[in-house]
Amino acid sequence: MSQQKETSMEQPAMRAEAGGQGHAAAAGKGESRLEAIAAGATIEADIHPELRAEDAVLEIQDFNLWYGDKQALYDIAMPVPRGKVTALIGPSGCGKSTLLRSVNRLNDLIDSVRIEGDMLLNGDSIYGRSVDVIELRRRMGMVFQKSNPFPMSIFENVVYPLRIDGEGNRNVLKEVCERSLKGSALWEEVQDRLGDSALGMSGGQQQRLCIARAIAAEPEVLLMDEPCSALDPIATSKIEELITDLRGEYSILIVTHNMQQASRVSDYTAFMYLGRLIEYGPTAEIFTNPHLKETEDYITGRFG
Amino acid sequence: MSSRAVTTRSEATARPAGTPPGRLDHGVRQRTRRSRVVTSMLAQGEPLMWLTGGGLVLCCVMIVGLLGLVFYEGFRTFWPQPVESFELVDGQTYWGEVSRSEEFSPEPSLLENLDPAAAEAARAEMAEHEGELRRHLVRTGNFDLTSEHFNWVSDYELVDGQPTRPEWAIVIERLSWGRFYGQPVAFLEDGDVVVEGADAVWDRYRAEHPVVRDRYDRMRHLETHAMARLNHRVEQARLERRQAELDHGLDSPEWRAADAAARQVEEETAQQFADLTDEIEALRAENARQAMRLETATGQTAEISLGEIVRAYPANQVSTWDKISLYASRWSEFLTDEPREANSEGGVYPAIFGTVVMTLIMSLLVVPFGVLAALYLREYAKAGTMVSAVRISINNLAGVPSIVFGVFGLGFFSYIIGGAMDQAFFAAKLPSPTYGTGGLLWASLTLALLTLPVVIVATEEALAAVPNSMREGSYACGASKWQTIQRIVLPRAMPGIMTGTILAMARGAGEVAPLMLVGAVKLAPELPIDGIPPFIHPERSFMHLGFHIYDLGFQSQNSEAAKPMVFTTTLLLILIITGLNLAAIWLRTRLRRKFVANQF
Ligand SMILES: Nc1ncnc2c1ncn2[C@@H]1O[C@H](COP(=O)(O)OP(=O)(O)OP(=O)(O)O)[C@@H](O)[C@H]1O
Ligand SMILES: [Mg+2]
Repeated sequence: MSQQKETSMEQPAMRAEAGGQGHAAAAGKGESRLEAIAAGATIEADIHPELRAEDAVLEIQDFNLWYGDKQALYDIAMPVPRGKVTALIGPSGCGKSTLLRSVNRLNDLIDSVRIEGDMLLNGDSIYGRSVDVIELRRRMGMVFQKSNPFPMSIFENVVYPLRIDGEGNRNVLKEVCERSLKGSALWEEVQDRLGDSALGMSGGQQQRLCIARAIAAEPEVLLMDEPCSALDPIATSKIEELITDLRGEYSILIVTHNMQQASRVSDYTAFMYLGRLIEYGPTAEIFTNPHLKETEDYITGRFG
Repeated sequence: MSSRAVTTRSEATARPAGTPPGRLDHGVRQRTRRSRVVTSMLAQGEPLMWLTGGGLVLCCVMIVGLLGLVFYEGFRTFWPQPVESFELVDGQTYWGEVSRSEEFSPEPSLLENLDPAAAEAARAEMAEHEGELRRHLVRTGNFDLTSEHFNWVSDYELVDGQPTRPEWAIVIERLSWGRFYGQPVAFLEDGDVVVEGADAVWDRYRAEHPVVRDRYDRMRHLETHAMARLNHRVEQARLERRQAELDHGLDSPEWRAADAAARQVEEETAQQFADLTDEIEALRAENARQAMRLETATGQTAEISLGEIVRAYPANQVSTWDKISLYASRWSEFLTDEPREANSEGGVYPAIFGTVVMTLIMSLLVVPFGVLAALYLREYAKAGTMVSAVRISINNLAGVPSIVFGVFGLGFFSYIIGGAMDQAFFAAKLPSPTYGTGGLLWASLTLALLTLPVVIVATEEALAAVPNSMREGSYACGASKWQTIQRIVLPRAMPGIMTGTILAMARGAGEVAPLMLVGAVKLAPELPIDGIPPFIHPERSFMHLGFHIYDLGFQSQNSEAAKPMVFTTTLLLILIITGLNLAAIWLRTRLRRKFVANQF
């Protein structure tokens, strides 16, 4: 088991080496950096100065995470700007989902997880001793890779966060339901069948329903883990449009494997590799003019 | 045959090394070819398909055969049979319904002891039928006259070789003594003959009997309900006096008040009792006024009062339509009446009632407990040796013989808990136990314990099948653990939980052995739910169809007559369990449609 994981972790590094040999002249520095990471050395993340000027809604501070004995996140330190879309990219298994799930402390549900460091949500500690996890999760919304509507009606799905909060006022619920469904571009399709089971919807509709649910309680941060990975291009473009619409209103942290998507929807992009943050800056710069050779190689598809 | 095979094999092994190459080649070729055939057979799966298919067919045949037998025998029981008259060469005559016929090989001594004419007939029949003789089991009834319910009659004994069907043979189902077969002779009122001749007597009977039946029903109602209510009142007053004695001592003011009240009640009810008894006696006397005089096959006469007659019909004259209505009336008696004649006649309504009520109470008890236990095991407990041990124990509990649960129920529920309850709350009634003996509640609890593993295992599986992504989705919305379980996990697992409930109900409703120890009885005087406060009496013993079947089949005085009833009662039990299951399945389908629609 553990052996398997080790090999899977080494593979990208080896491929990176092979890629590097193709560009013998420029590759020298990149190769050594990836090798250093694979060997376990600490390296400084390259965070572009533009981010310093932004107002951070979420501040991740030297965050480390272990699954049992195995470390999955190393010294992640990054601000997430308010009202912007921030994309997390990186090869499979580099810890993007782990980082995302750490923000709303979903990883608490896994017994073997151990963490060090802290995060601040609008200045409030997330991992502090006296934090009420349930209260904390209500301040965030999360959309999962695989849509997970609940076994109840469309209406009840959307207002679920309010229901568990004890909201019983029918008018308030109706209003929130309509606003959220409009926000997730689903209102037109389902306004006549709000009482139907949510499980009878198409996959794309289900995912947009989950987005509606995630924004129903007006979260301070919206976390999205590859929200389009199981969808066809039309549904994907709808959700991308949606993310673009939500920008400004919500602060969004989104994981994606699709480079075009990252460049289309996000304002900032962070590149992660083997549990470390490598480079983080404005999307336009990361995609056209990255500071680091490794970032360029990953984005242009030379490894990962 | 086998010896030849052995020699061939020994020849083959003993073949010397220098065998001609041609023969060896041949052998090799043959072997490869044969093995190829085997592999291709296995590859196509033909033998395995036959094996598995055969197993399935065998199972189906057994199940269909079982159900077929129960349905055929069960539905046949109440169909009116003709009355045949068997006139024997030795001068005997039997009237009755043939309950079954069979072939048998007689002992040689049997023929030697016969009179010559019958022996001749028997030999002729044996010559024709490969040494076998045919005989019939005839339900001859008239137990009060003959001391026999059934008689064997062989074909060779018959005078004409054939039974006849007397036109005016009447079948009478009575309140006691079983059936009567005879021919109507006269109709009597107050002991005087008013009508004579089979035709006229029968017409008169048909006109009078419904009125008599109505009177009988009224009498039964008074005897059971009105009497019971009075008895209850008196008993209650006595209990209060006894309680006062226990609480405050004899001759205390409280006791004196209770004593006065009890005396008052006794005085009041004494008059009512007398009135009731008079009314019942009057009805009984009225019903005894009219009687039918009948002549049996052997020429004896008997007078049967109309009040004694449950149902009578001229078996060889009834039309198909009459047969159908007789059949229906017997079924309705079976389903709605109380049993008579040591359960071998009459209805099984108390047993149906007991079975259904007990099964429902059991389900109400077992489902919440089972679901809670499974929730803890699956949602809260940290996986480890402790949880595994508990899980293994639960699975083993499912394999414990049910009689063990019966013993436990009797010892723990009845004697310990029930005994303590009696001491605490029903001391006035002691030494006769209230909860300290078998009863509906203890039986339901015992069966709940018996079926608990089924519910726990099914619920655990249903909970495990709820995708983790749903739980995470709920937590991400800020739900607490209990909110997640209550709003997401349980609704989603509900169809699976219902499946467990269905299985538990099916198991519990058919269980008999433990019930014999904790409360099922042969004949329960009162239903566990009735009109006497507090209306539900969980301490009462009850009748159960499964136990009823056992009682009919093995404890009956007149087992030959009870046999058809065994099948009918079995049929009923199967139908009731099927009905309960269908109800639960219907509920599950509704839930499933509500929660788990087609995905994508
Ligand atoms: N529940 C867990 N227990 C142990 N290890 C885990 C667990 N979840 C993830 N990991 C490990 O943590 C590392 C990071 O996983 P993570 O799911 O965060 O990757 P990811 O970047 O989201 O990958 P992908 O793009 O494939 O979703 C991986 O090596 C993975 O094996
Ligand atoms: Mg992931």
